[in-house]
Amino acid sequence: MTNAFTKMLATRDWILADGATGTNLFNMGLQSGDAPEMWNDQHPDRIKRLYTEAVDAGSDLFLTNSFGGNAARLKLHGAQGRARELSRISAEIGRDVADRYDRPVIVAGSVGPTGEIMAPMGALTHELAVEIFHEQAEGLKEGGADVLWLETISAPEEYKAAAEAFKLADMPWCGTMSFDTAGRTMMGVTSSDMAAMVEKLGNPPLAYGANCGVGASDLLRTILGFVAQGSERPIIAKGNAGIPKYHDGHIHYDGTPDLMADYAVLARDAGATIIGGCCGTMPEHLSKMRAALESRPRGPRPTLDQITEALGGFSSGGDGTGDDTAAPRRPRRRRA
Amino acid sequence: MSDQDDDIILADLDDDELVQQMFDDLYDGLKEEIEESVHILLERGWAPYRILTEALVGGMTIVGKDFRDGILFVPEVLLAANAMKGGMAILKPLLAETGAPRVGKMVIGTVKGDIHDIGKNLVGMMMEGAGFEVVDLGINNAVEKYLEALEAEQPDILGMSALLTTTMPYMKVVIDTLVEQGKRDEYIVLVGGAPLNEEFGKAIGADAYCRDAAVAVETAKDFMARKHNRLAAG
Repeated sequence: MTNAFTKMLATRDWILADGATGTNLFNMGLQSGDAPEMWNDQHPDRIKRLYTEAVDAGSDLFLTNSFGGNAARLKLHGAQGRARELSRISAEIGRDVADRYDRPVIVAGSVGPTGEIMAPMGALTHELAVEIFHEQAEGLKEGGADVLWLETISAPEEYKAAAEAFKLADMPWCGTMSFDTAGRTMMGVTSSDMAAMVEKLGNPPLAYGANCGVGASDLLRTILGFVAQGSERPIIAKGNAGIPKYHDGHIHYDGTPDLMADYAVLARDAGATIIGGCCGTMPEHLSKMRAALESRPRGPRPTLDQITEALGGFSSGGDGTGDDTAAPRRPRRRRA
Repeated sequence: MSDQDDDIILADLDDDELVQQMFDDLYDGLKEEIEESVHILLERGWAPYRILTEALVGGMTIVGKDFRDGILFVPEVLLAANAMKGGMAILKPLLAETGAPRVGKMVIGTVKGDIHDIGKNLVGMMMEGAGFEVVDLGINNAVEKYLEALEAEQPDILGMSALLTTTMPYMKVVIDTLVEQGKRDEYIVLVGGAPLNEEFGKAIGADAYCRDAAVAVETAKDFMARKHNRLAAG
Protein backbone atom coordinates (compact mmCIF):
# COMPACT_ATOMS: atom_id res chain seq x y z
CA MET A 1 0.00 0.00 0.00
CA THR A 2 1.37 3.40 -0.91
CA ASN A 3 -0.13 6.75 -0.23
CA ALA A 4 1.21 10.23 0.39
CA PHE A 5 2.35 9.31 3.89
CA THR A 6 4.16 6.07 3.05
CA LYS A 7 5.82 7.86 0.15
CA MET A 8 7.06 10.57 2.49
CA LEU A 9 8.29 7.98 4.99
CA ALA A 10 10.20 6.18 2.26
CA THR A 11 11.89 9.25 0.85
CA ARG A 12 12.63 11.50 3.79
CA ASP A 13 15.31 11.35 6.46
CA TRP A 14 12.99 13.02 8.97
CA ILE A 15 9.44 14.35 8.98
CA LEU A 16 8.38 17.35 11.02
CA ALA A 17 4.98 16.78 12.62
CA ASP A 18 2.96 19.49 14.34
CA GLY A 19 2.75 20.93 17.85
CA ALA A 20 -0.02 21.46 20.34
CA THR A 21 -3.72 21.51 19.59
CA GLY A 22 -5.22 22.36 22.98
CA THR A 23 -2.70 25.07 23.88
CA ASN A 24 -3.18 26.77 20.50
CA LEU A 25 -6.98 26.61 20.69
CA PHE A 26 -6.91 28.15 24.16
CA ASN A 27 -5.07 31.08 22.72
CA MET A 28 -7.91 31.44 20.21
CA GLY A 29 -10.46 31.61 22.99
CA LEU A 30 -11.43 28.01 23.78
CA GLN A 31 -12.91 27.89 27.28
CA SER A 32 -11.55 25.42 29.78
CA GLY A 33 -13.81 22.39 29.99
CA ASP A 34 -15.34 22.78 26.55
CA ALA A 35 -14.83 20.16 23.86
CA PRO A 36 -12.33 21.37 21.22
CA GLU A 37 -14.04 19.12 18.65
CA MET A 38 -17.19 21.30 18.71
CA TRP A 39 -15.17 24.00 17.01
CA ASN A 40 -14.86 21.85 13.88
CA ASP A 41 -18.52 22.65 13.36
CA GLN A 42 -18.85 26.03 15.13
CA HIS A 43 -15.56 27.72 14.20
CA PRO A 44 -14.07 25.96 11.18
CA ASP A 45 -12.10 29.14 10.42
CA ARG A 46 -10.17 28.77 13.69
CA ILE A 47 -9.41 25.10 13.06
CA LYS A 48 -8.23 26.02 9.58
CA ARG A 49 -5.95 28.63 11.17
CA LEU A 50 -4.63 26.05 13.65
CA TYR A 51 -3.63 23.70 10.83
CA THR A 52 -2.34 26.47 8.55
CA GLU A 53 -0.09 27.95 11.21
CA ALA A 54 1.55 24.57 11.78
CA VAL A 55 2.18 23.98 8.07
CA ASP A 56 3.39 27.56 7.54
CA ALA A 57 5.82 27.03 10.42
CA GLY A 58 7.26 24.02 8.58
CA SER A 59 5.21 20.96 9.58
CA ASP A 60 5.08 18.20 6.96
CA LEU A 61 2.26 16.52 8.81
CA PHE A 62 -0.44 17.77 11.14
CA LEU A 63 -3.00 16.10 13.39
CA THR A 64 -6.68 16.83 13.03
CA ASN A 65 -8.73 18.41 15.80
CA SER A 66 -10.37 15.12 16.77
CA PHE A 67 -8.37 13.93 19.78
CA GLY A 68 -11.51 13.74 21.96
CA GLY A 69 -13.78 12.98 19.01
CA ASN A 70 -14.80 9.48 20.03
CA ALA A 71 -18.22 8.61 21.42
CA ALA A 72 -16.88 7.88 24.92
CA ARG A 73 -15.35 11.33 25.23
CA LEU A 74 -18.06 13.31 23.41
CA LYS A 75 -20.66 11.79 25.73
CA LEU A 76 -19.53 14.35 28.32
CA HIS A 77 -20.85 17.09 26.16
CA GLY A 78 -24.00 15.25 25.14
CA ALA A 79 -22.52 14.75 21.68
CA GLN A 80 -21.86 11.00 21.68
CA GLY A 81 -23.93 10.72 18.49
CA ARG A 82 -21.61 13.10 16.62
CA ALA A 83 -18.31 11.21 16.78
CA ARG A 84 -18.26 10.28 13.10
CA GLU A 85 -19.50 13.66 11.90
CA LEU A 86 -17.14 15.83 14.00
CA SER A 87 -14.20 13.60 13.10
CA ARG A 88 -15.10 13.79 9.43
CA ILE A 89 -15.27 17.60 9.51
CA SER A 90 -11.90 17.82 11.29
CA ALA A 91 -10.33 15.84 8.44
CA GLU A 92 -12.20 17.73 5.70
CA ILE A 93 -10.84 21.04 6.97
CA GLY A 94 -7.41 19.39 7.14
CA ARG A 95 -7.62 18.05 3.58
CA ASP A 96 -8.59 21.47 2.31
CA VAL A 97 -5.62 23.09 4.08
CA ALA A 98 -3.10 20.42 3.06
CA ASP A 99 -4.04 20.51 -0.63
CA ARG A 100 -3.33 24.25 -0.88
CA TYR A 101 0.41 23.72 -0.54
CA ASP A 102 2.77 22.86 -3.38
CA ARG A 103 4.74 20.50 -1.15
CA PRO A 104 3.25 17.28 0.24
CA VAL A 105 1.45 17.83 3.54
CA ILE A 106 0.00 14.87 5.41
CA VAL A 107 -3.37 14.98 7.18
CA ALA A 108 -3.17 12.65 10.19
CA GLY A 109 -6.51 11.83 11.79
CA SER A 110 -6.03 12.17 15.53
CA VAL A 111 -7.58 9.48 17.74
CA GLY A 112 -7.17 9.91 21.49
CA PRO A 113 -7.97 7.52 24.33
CA THR A 114 -11.52 6.72 25.37
CA GLY A 115 -10.72 7.84 28.91
CA GLU A 116 -12.09 4.60 30.30
CA ILE A 117 -10.41 1.64 31.91
CA MET A 118 -10.67 -1.55 29.91
CA ALA A 119 -12.04 -4.84 31.21
CA PRO A 120 -11.42 -6.78 33.37
CA MET A 121 -10.12 -3.92 35.57
CA GLY A 122 -12.67 -1.45 34.22
CA ALA A 123 -15.97 -1.46 32.39
CA LEU A 124 -14.92 -0.96 28.75
CA THR A 125 -14.93 -4.23 26.81
CA HIS A 126 -12.62 -4.93 23.90
CA GLU A 127 -15.58 -5.19 21.52
CA LEU A 128 -17.00 -1.83 22.56
CA ALA A 129 -13.59 -0.15 22.36
CA VAL A 130 -13.14 -1.48 18.81
CA GLU A 131 -16.58 -0.17 17.89
CA ILE A 132 -15.84 3.29 19.33
CA PHE A 133 -12.49 3.56 17.52
CA HIS A 134 -13.94 2.16 14.30
CA GLU A 135 -16.69 4.77 14.21
CA GLN A 136 -14.19 7.59 14.56
CA ALA A 137 -11.83 6.00 12.03
CA GLU A 138 -14.58 5.89 9.40
CA GLY A 139 -15.32 9.58 9.97
CA LEU A 140 -11.67 10.56 9.59
CA LYS A 141 -11.38 8.40 6.47
CA GLU A 142 -14.47 10.02 4.90
CA GLY A 143 -13.03 13.44 5.64
CA GLY A 144 -9.87 12.61 3.68
CA ALA A 145 -7.23 11.81 6.31
CA ASP A 146 -4.09 10.23 4.81
CA VAL A 147 -3.34 8.21 7.91
CA LEU A 148 -4.93 7.61 11.33
CA TRP A 149 -2.95 8.76 14.35
CA LEU A 150 -3.58 7.14 17.71
CA GLU A 151 -2.03 9.13 20.59
CA THR A 152 -1.65 9.50 24.35
CA ILE A 153 -2.54 5.86 25.04
CA SER A 154 -1.68 4.28 28.42
CA ALA A 155 -3.10 0.76 28.24
CA PRO A 156 -1.82 -1.86 25.78
CA GLU A 157 -5.37 -3.25 25.56
CA GLU A 158 -6.62 0.07 24.21
CA TYR A 159 -3.77 0.26 21.67
CA LYS A 160 -4.67 -3.23 20.45
CA ALA A 161 -8.37 -2.39 20.20
CA ALA A 162 -7.54 0.65 18.05
CA ALA A 163 -5.28 -1.45 15.80
CA GLU A 164 -8.17 -3.81 15.17
CA ALA A 165 -10.59 -0.95 14.53
CA PHE A 166 -8.24 0.68 12.01
CA LYS A 167 -8.03 -2.60 10.12
CA LEU A 168 -11.83 -2.62 9.88
CA ALA A 169 -11.64 0.90 8.46
CA ASP A 170 -8.86 -0.28 6.11
CA MET A 171 -6.68 2.69 6.97
CA PRO A 172 -2.91 2.91 7.57
CA TRP A 173 -2.08 4.18 11.02
CA CYS A 174 0.52 5.33 13.50
CA GLY A 175 0.22 5.13 17.26
CA THR A 176 1.97 6.66 20.24
CA MET A 177 1.68 6.10 23.96
CA SER A 178 2.22 8.60 26.76
CA PHE A 179 5.03 7.72 29.18
CA ASP A 180 4.25 9.98 32.11
CA THR A 181 4.81 7.83 35.21
CA ALA A 182 8.45 7.24 36.13
CA GLY A 183 9.26 6.65 32.46
CA ARG A 184 6.33 4.25 31.97
CA THR A 185 2.74 4.78 30.91
CA MET A 186 0.16 5.18 33.64
CA MET A 187 -0.59 1.47 33.23
CA GLY A 188 3.06 0.55 33.75
CA VAL A 189 4.12 -0.06 30.12
CA THR A 190 7.83 0.56 29.48
CA SER A 191 9.35 1.67 26.19
CA SER A 192 10.69 -1.84 25.59
CA ASP A 193 7.26 -3.33 26.42
CA MET A 194 5.68 -1.12 23.79
CA ALA A 195 8.28 -1.90 21.12
CA ALA A 196 7.66 -5.62 21.68
CA MET A 197 3.87 -5.24 21.72
CA VAL A 198 3.80 -3.30 18.44
CA GLU A 199 5.64 -6.05 16.58
CA LYS A 200 3.13 -8.65 17.76
CA LEU A 201 0.05 -6.83 16.47
CA GLY A 202 -1.94 -8.37 13.61
CA ASN A 203 -2.28 -4.90 12.10
CA PRO A 204 0.91 -3.11 13.16
CA PRO A 205 1.27 0.68 12.78
CA LEU A 206 3.47 2.24 10.08
CA ALA A 207 5.29 4.05 12.88
CA TYR A 208 5.06 4.04 16.65
CA GLY A 209 6.45 6.11 19.47
CA ALA A 210 5.78 8.45 22.36
CA ASN A 211 3.86 11.69 22.82
CA CYS A 212 3.05 14.09 25.65
CA GLY A 213 4.33 12.77 28.99
CA VAL A 214 6.64 14.87 31.15
CA GLY A 215 8.86 17.21 29.18
CA ALA A 216 11.37 16.75 26.40
CA SER A 217 14.15 14.93 28.30
CA ASP A 218 11.93 12.09 29.49
CA LEU A 219 10.53 11.67 26.02
CA LEU A 220 13.97 11.24 24.47
CA ARG A 221 14.91 8.66 27.09
CA THR A 222 11.82 6.75 25.94
CA ILE A 223 12.96 7.04 22.30
CA LEU A 224 16.35 5.57 23.24
CA GLY A 225 14.41 2.74 24.92
CA PHE A 226 12.61 1.96 21.64
CA VAL A 227 15.81 2.08 19.64
CA ALA A 228 17.48 -0.34 22.04
CA GLN A 229 14.92 -2.95 21.00
CA GLY A 230 16.33 -2.88 17.48
CA SER A 231 13.06 -2.50 15.58
CA GLU A 232 13.25 -1.21 12.00
CA ARG A 233 9.83 0.42 12.33
CA PRO A 234 9.97 4.24 12.17
CA ILE A 235 9.78 5.95 15.53
CA ILE A 236 7.69 9.00 16.47
CA ALA A 237 8.78 11.62 19.03
CA LYS A 238 6.16 14.18 20.03
CA GLY A 239 7.17 15.70 23.34
CA ASN A 240 5.73 18.58 25.35
CA ALA A 241 7.43 21.97 25.24
CA GLY A 242 8.58 21.71 28.83
CA ILE A 243 6.39 21.80 31.92
CA PRO A 244 3.08 23.71 32.29
CA LYS A 245 3.11 26.92 34.32
CA TYR A 246 0.26 29.21 35.15
CA HIS A 247 0.63 32.90 34.23
CA ASP A 248 -2.13 35.51 34.38
CA GLY A 249 -4.96 33.13 33.70
CA HIS A 250 -3.12 31.24 30.96
CA ILE A 251 -1.26 27.98 30.80
CA HIS A 252 2.23 28.47 29.54
CA TYR A 253 4.76 25.71 28.89
CA ASP A 254 8.28 26.65 29.90
CA GLY A 255 10.15 25.08 26.97
CA THR A 256 11.55 27.80 24.70
CA PRO A 257 11.64 27.54 20.89
CA ASP A 258 15.45 27.16 21.12
CA LEU A 259 15.11 24.29 23.57
CA MET A 260 12.62 22.56 21.29
CA ALA A 261 15.05 23.04 18.39
CA ASP A 262 17.70 21.19 20.39
CA TYR A 263 15.13 18.55 21.30
CA ALA A 264 14.21 18.02 17.64
CA VAL A 265 17.82 17.46 16.59
CA LEU A 266 18.48 15.16 19.55
CA ALA A 267 15.30 13.21 18.73
CA ARG A 268 16.52 12.68 15.16
CA ASP A 269 19.99 11.68 16.33
CA ALA A 270 18.43 9.33 18.89
CA GLY A 271 16.67 7.50 16.07
CA ALA A 272 13.25 9.11 15.65
CA THR A 273 11.98 9.70 12.11
CA ILE A 274 8.79 11.63 12.80
CA ILE A 275 9.44 14.52 15.13
CA GLY A 276 7.01 17.03 16.54
CA GLY A 277 5.80 18.62 19.73
CA CYS A 278 2.80 18.14 21.94
CA CYS A 279 1.29 20.38 24.64
CA GLY A 280 2.76 23.90 24.63
CA THR A 281 4.43 23.58 21.23
CA MET A 282 3.47 26.67 19.23
CA PRO A 283 4.24 27.72 15.63
CA GLU A 284 7.36 29.63 16.79
CA HIS A 285 8.69 26.39 18.29
CA LEU A 286 7.99 24.50 15.06
CA SER A 287 9.84 27.09 12.95
CA LYS A 288 12.95 26.73 15.09
CA MET A 289 12.65 22.95 15.03
CA ARG A 290 12.43 22.94 11.24
CA ALA A 291 15.39 25.29 10.88
CA ALA A 292 17.48 23.18 13.24
CA LEU A 293 16.63 19.90 11.50
CA GLU A 294 17.54 21.42 8.14
CA SER A 295 20.73 23.16 9.18
CA ARG A 296 22.38 20.95 11.80
CA PRO A 297 24.15 17.83 10.55
CA ARG A 298 23.12 14.45 11.89
CA GLY A 299 25.20 13.55 14.95
CA PRO A 300 25.88 10.38 16.91
CA ARG A 301 23.14 8.94 19.09
CA PRO A 302 23.03 11.08 22.25
CA THR A 303 23.68 9.60 25.67
CA LEU A 304 21.35 10.15 28.61
CA ASP A 305 23.84 12.64 30.02
CA GLN A 306 23.92 14.62 26.79
CA ILE A 307 20.11 14.74 26.80
CA THR A 308 19.88 16.08 30.37
CA GLU A 309 22.67 18.52 29.71
CA ALA A 310 20.82 20.00 26.75
CA LEU A 311 17.21 19.75 27.90
CA GLY A 312 17.18 19.38 31.69
CA GLY A 313 16.85 16.49 34.13
CA PHE A 314 14.57 13.45 34.01
CA SER A 315 11.46 13.23 36.20
CA SER A 316 12.52 9.86 37.59
CA GLY A 317 15.77 7.98 38.17
CA GLY A 318 14.96 5.05 35.90
CA ASP A 319 12.33 4.15 33.34
CA GLY A 320 11.80 0.46 33.98
CA THR A 321 14.14 -0.77 31.23
CA GLY A 322 17.60 -2.30 31.30
CA ASP A 323 19.00 -2.56 34.82
CA ASP A 324 15.99 -0.75 36.23
CA THR A 325 13.48 -3.59 35.80
CA ALA A 326 11.87 -3.34 39.21
CA ALA A 327 10.66 -6.38 41.07
CA PRO A 328 8.10 -6.13 43.84
CA ARG A 329 9.92 -5.12 46.97
CA ARG A 330 7.95 -7.17 49.45
CA PRO A 331 9.31 -10.60 50.22
CA ARG A 332 6.51 -13.00 49.46
CA ARG A 333 5.31 -15.76 51.70
CA ARG A 334 2.78 -17.06 49.24
CA ARG A 335 2.38 -16.80 45.52
CA ALA A 336 -0.91 -15.50 44.19
CA MET B 1 8.88 -16.50 51.22
CA SER B 2 9.33 -19.98 49.83
CA ASP B 3 6.72 -21.61 47.66
CA GLN B 4 6.28 -24.63 49.86
CA ASP B 5 3.56 -23.06 52.00
CA ASP B 6 1.23 -22.53 49.08
CA ASP B 7 -1.78 -23.69 50.99
CA ILE B 8 -1.87 -21.39 53.95
CA ILE B 9 -4.99 -21.84 56.05
CA LEU B 10 -5.76 -18.29 57.09
CA ALA B 11 -7.63 -19.36 60.24
CA ASP B 12 -4.55 -21.27 61.45
CA LEU B 13 -2.36 -18.16 61.54
CA ASP B 14 -1.95 -16.22 64.77
CA ASP B 15 -2.99 -12.58 64.77
CA ASP B 16 0.39 -11.15 63.81
CA GLU B 17 0.92 -13.66 61.03
CA LEU B 18 -2.58 -13.09 59.75
CA VAL B 19 -2.09 -9.31 59.55
CA GLN B 20 1.20 -9.89 57.69
CA GLN B 21 -0.64 -12.27 55.37
CA MET B 22 -3.30 -9.60 54.78
CA PHE B 23 -0.55 -7.18 53.74
CA ASP B 24 0.54 -9.73 51.15
CA ASP B 25 -3.02 -10.42 50.03
CA LEU B 26 -3.79 -6.72 49.63
CA TYR B 27 -0.57 -6.32 47.65
CA ASP B 28 -1.70 -9.17 45.40
CA GLY B 29 -5.27 -7.89 45.15
CA LEU B 30 -6.85 -11.04 46.59
CA LYS B 31 -10.31 -9.85 47.56
CA GLU B 32 -11.77 -13.12 48.84
CA GLU B 33 -8.78 -13.75 51.09
CA ILE B 34 -9.07 -10.26 52.55
CA GLU B 35 -12.76 -10.74 53.24
CA GLU B 36 -12.07 -14.06 54.92
CA SER B 37 -9.31 -12.56 57.07
CA VAL B 38 -11.51 -9.65 58.15
CA HIS B 39 -14.16 -12.14 59.28
CA ILE B 40 -11.55 -14.17 61.18
CA LEU B 41 -10.27 -11.09 63.02
CA LEU B 42 -13.83 -10.03 63.89
CA GLU B 43 -14.50 -13.49 65.29
CA ARG B 44 -11.35 -13.20 67.35
CA GLY B 45 -12.80 -10.09 68.93
CA TRP B 46 -10.82 -7.40 67.09
CA ALA B 47 -12.58 -4.04 67.04
CA PRO B 48 -13.57 -3.01 63.49
CA TYR B 49 -11.49 0.15 63.82
CA ARG B 50 -8.41 -1.85 64.74
CA ILE B 51 -8.86 -4.13 61.72
CA LEU B 52 -9.23 -1.07 59.50
CA THR B 53 -6.15 0.73 60.76
CA GLU B 54 -3.74 -2.10 61.52
CA ALA B 55 -4.56 -4.54 58.74
CA LEU B 56 -6.21 -2.73 55.84
CA VAL B 57 -4.70 0.75 56.12
CA GLY B 58 -1.37 -0.82 57.03
CA GLY B 59 -1.44 -2.97 53.90
CA MET B 60 -2.58 -0.19 51.62
CA THR B 61 0.22 2.03 52.92
CA ILE B 62 2.72 -0.48 51.51
CA VAL B 63 0.84 -0.52 48.20
CA GLY B 64 0.80 3.28 48.19
CA LYS B 65 4.53 3.53 48.81
CA ASP B 66 5.39 1.11 46.02
CA PHE B 67 3.03 3.00 43.71
CA ARG B 68 4.68 6.27 44.64
CA ASP B 69 8.11 4.76 44.02
CA GLY B 70 7.20 3.41 40.60
CA ILE B 71 7.29 -0.26 41.61
CA LEU B 72 3.55 -0.85 41.31
CA PHE B 73 1.37 0.71 38.61
CA VAL B 74 -2.29 1.48 38.12
CA PRO B 75 -3.51 -2.04 37.29
CA GLU B 76 -1.99 -3.51 40.48
CA VAL B 77 -3.28 -0.64 42.61
CA LEU B 78 -6.78 -1.06 41.21
CA LEU B 79 -6.70 -4.72 42.20
CA ALA B 80 -5.38 -3.92 45.67
CA ALA B 81 -8.03 -1.23 46.17
CA ASN B 82 -10.69 -3.66 45.04
CA ALA B 83 -9.54 -6.16 47.68
CA MET B 84 -9.50 -3.38 50.27
CA LYS B 85 -13.05 -2.47 49.28
CA GLY B 86 -14.15 -6.03 49.94
CA GLY B 87 -12.85 -5.74 53.50
CA MET B 88 -14.29 -2.26 53.94
CA ALA B 89 -17.75 -3.39 52.89
CA ILE B 90 -17.77 -5.72 55.89
CA LEU B 91 -16.36 -3.13 58.29
CA LYS B 92 -18.30 -0.03 57.24
CA PRO B 93 -21.62 -0.78 58.99
CA LEU B 94 -19.74 -2.01 62.07
CA LEU B 95 -17.58 1.14 62.19
CA ALA B 96 -20.70 3.29 62.17
CA GLU B 97 -22.27 1.22 64.97
CA THR B 98 -19.22 1.35 67.17
CA GLY B 99 -18.73 5.11 66.71
CA ALA B 100 -15.15 4.71 65.54
CA PRO B 101 -13.13 7.94 65.26
CA ARG B 102 -13.29 9.80 61.95
CA VAL B 103 -10.08 10.44 60.09
CA GLY B 104 -11.53 13.09 57.80
CA LYS B 105 -13.90 13.64 54.91
CA MET B 106 -13.15 14.48 51.31
CA VAL B 107 -15.26 15.56 48.35
CA ILE B 108 -13.53 14.67 45.09
CA GLY B 109 -14.25 14.97 41.37
CA THR B 110 -12.69 15.66 37.98
CA VAL B 111 -13.35 19.15 36.65
CA LYS B 112 -15.66 20.16 33.83
CA GLY B 113 -14.65 18.70 30.52
CA ASP B 114 -12.46 15.99 31.97
CA ILE B 115 -13.57 12.40 32.00
CA HIS B 116 -10.18 11.03 32.89
CA ASP B 117 -11.17 9.65 36.23
CA ILE B 118 -8.54 6.95 36.65
CA GLY B 119 -6.30 9.13 38.80
CA LYS B 120 -9.25 10.53 40.72
CA ASN B 121 -10.57 7.03 41.42
CA LEU B 122 -7.16 5.96 42.64
CA VAL B 123 -7.01 8.92 45.03
CA GLY B 124 -10.52 8.11 46.28
CA MET B 125 -9.60 4.48 46.87
CA MET B 126 -6.31 5.25 48.56
CA MET B 127 -7.99 7.88 50.75
CA GLU B 128 -10.60 5.31 51.77
CA GLY B 129 -7.74 2.93 52.28
CA ALA B 130 -6.30 5.44 54.72
CA GLY B 131 -9.60 5.62 56.60
CA PHE B 132 -11.05 8.82 55.10
CA GLU B 133 -14.70 9.14 54.17
CA VAL B 134 -14.83 9.95 50.46
CA VAL B 135 -17.72 11.51 48.54
CA ASP B 136 -17.06 11.00 44.84
CA LEU B 137 -18.72 13.48 42.50
CA GLY B 138 -17.51 11.56 39.46
CA ILE B 139 -16.41 13.26 36.26
CA ASN B 140 -17.10 16.53 34.47
CA ASN B 141 -18.04 18.72 37.44
CA ALA B 142 -18.99 22.35 36.92
CA VAL B 143 -18.26 24.82 39.71
CA GLU B 144 -21.90 24.76 40.88
CA LYS B 145 -21.69 21.02 41.42
CA TYR B 146 -18.62 21.36 43.65
CA LEU B 147 -20.24 24.15 45.68
CA GLU B 148 -23.44 22.17 46.22
CA ALA B 149 -21.51 19.15 47.40
CA LEU B 150 -19.33 21.21 49.76
CA GLU B 151 -22.48 22.72 51.27
CA ALA B 152 -24.24 19.37 51.63
CA GLU B 153 -21.32 17.26 52.80
CA GLN B 154 -19.27 19.71 54.85
CA PRO B 155 -16.00 17.92 54.08
CA ASP B 156 -12.56 18.80 55.40
CA ILE B 157 -10.96 18.46 51.99
CA LEU B 158 -11.86 19.30 48.41
CA GLY B 159 -9.97 17.27 45.82
CA MET B 160 -9.96 18.22 42.14
CA SER B 161 -8.42 16.32 39.30
CA ALA B 162 -7.67 17.18 35.67
CA LEU B 163 -5.67 15.30 33.09
CA LEU B 164 -5.80 17.59 30.11
CA THR B 165 -4.16 20.85 29.18
CA THR B 166 -7.65 21.95 28.15
CA THR B 167 -9.26 21.29 31.54
CA MET B 168 -6.65 22.08 34.19
CA PRO B 169 -7.34 25.85 34.25
CA TYR B 170 -10.88 25.05 35.36
CA MET B 171 -9.56 24.24 38.82
CA LYS B 172 -8.78 27.91 39.20
CA VAL B 173 -12.36 28.79 38.28
CA VAL B 174 -13.58 26.67 41.19
CA ILE B 175 -11.03 28.08 43.64
CA ASP B 176 -11.73 31.67 42.53
CA THR B 177 -15.44 31.12 43.11
CA LEU B 178 -14.75 29.82 46.61
CA VAL B 179 -12.66 32.91 47.29
CA GLU B 180 -15.40 35.22 45.96
CA GLN B 181 -17.95 33.60 48.22
CA GLY B 182 -15.64 33.83 51.22
CA LYS B 183 -15.53 30.04 51.62
CA ARG B 184 -12.01 29.27 50.51
CA ASP B 185 -10.59 28.96 54.02
CA GLU B 186 -13.20 26.43 55.11
CA TYR B 187 -11.60 23.67 53.07
CA ILE B 188 -8.25 22.14 52.35
CA VAL B 189 -7.99 22.17 48.55
CA LEU B 190 -5.83 19.48 46.97
CA VAL B 191 -5.30 19.24 43.21
CA GLY B 192 -3.82 16.54 41.05
CA GLY B 193 -3.47 15.26 37.51
CA ALA B 194 -0.65 14.25 35.20
CA PRO B 195 0.06 17.65 33.59
CA LEU B 196 0.10 19.55 36.88
CA ASN B 197 2.96 20.42 39.17
CA GLU B 198 3.65 22.08 42.51
CA GLU B 199 4.04 25.52 41.03
CA PHE B 200 0.79 25.24 39.11
CA GLY B 201 -1.05 24.22 42.28
CA LYS B 202 0.31 27.25 44.10
CA ALA B 203 -0.43 29.63 41.23
CA ILE B 204 -4.10 28.70 41.11
CA GLY B 205 -4.49 28.97 44.88
CA ALA B 206 -4.70 25.33 45.95
CA ASP B 207 -3.26 24.23 49.31
CA ALA B 208 -1.18 21.55 47.64
CA TYR B 209 -0.51 19.68 44.45
CA CYS B 210 -0.39 15.90 44.89
CA ARG B 211 1.76 14.05 42.40
CA ASP B 212 -0.06 10.76 42.87
CA ALA B 213 -2.58 8.98 45.06
CA ALA B 214 0.00 8.01 47.68
CA VAL B 215 1.19 11.59 48.00
CA ALA B 216 -2.45 12.73 48.19
CA VAL B 217 -2.98 10.52 51.24
CA GLU B 218 0.21 11.73 52.94
CA THR B 219 -0.69 15.36 52.21
CA ALA B 220 -4.27 14.94 53.41
CA LYS B 221 -3.12 13.36 56.68
CA ASP B 222 -0.62 16.15 57.17
CA PHE B 223 -3.22 18.88 56.64
CA MET B 224 -5.72 17.10 58.90
CA ALA B 225 -3.13 16.96 61.67
CA ARG B 226 -2.44 20.66 61.28
CA LYS B 227 -6.18 21.38 61.32
CA HIS B 228 -6.61 19.40 64.56
CA ASN B 229 -3.67 21.21 66.11
CA ARG B 230 -5.15 24.55 65.15
CA LEU B 231 -8.52 23.62 66.61
CA ALA B 232 -6.86 22.36 69.78
CA ALA B 233 -4.83 25.56 70.06
CA GLY B 234 -7.79 27.82 69.31
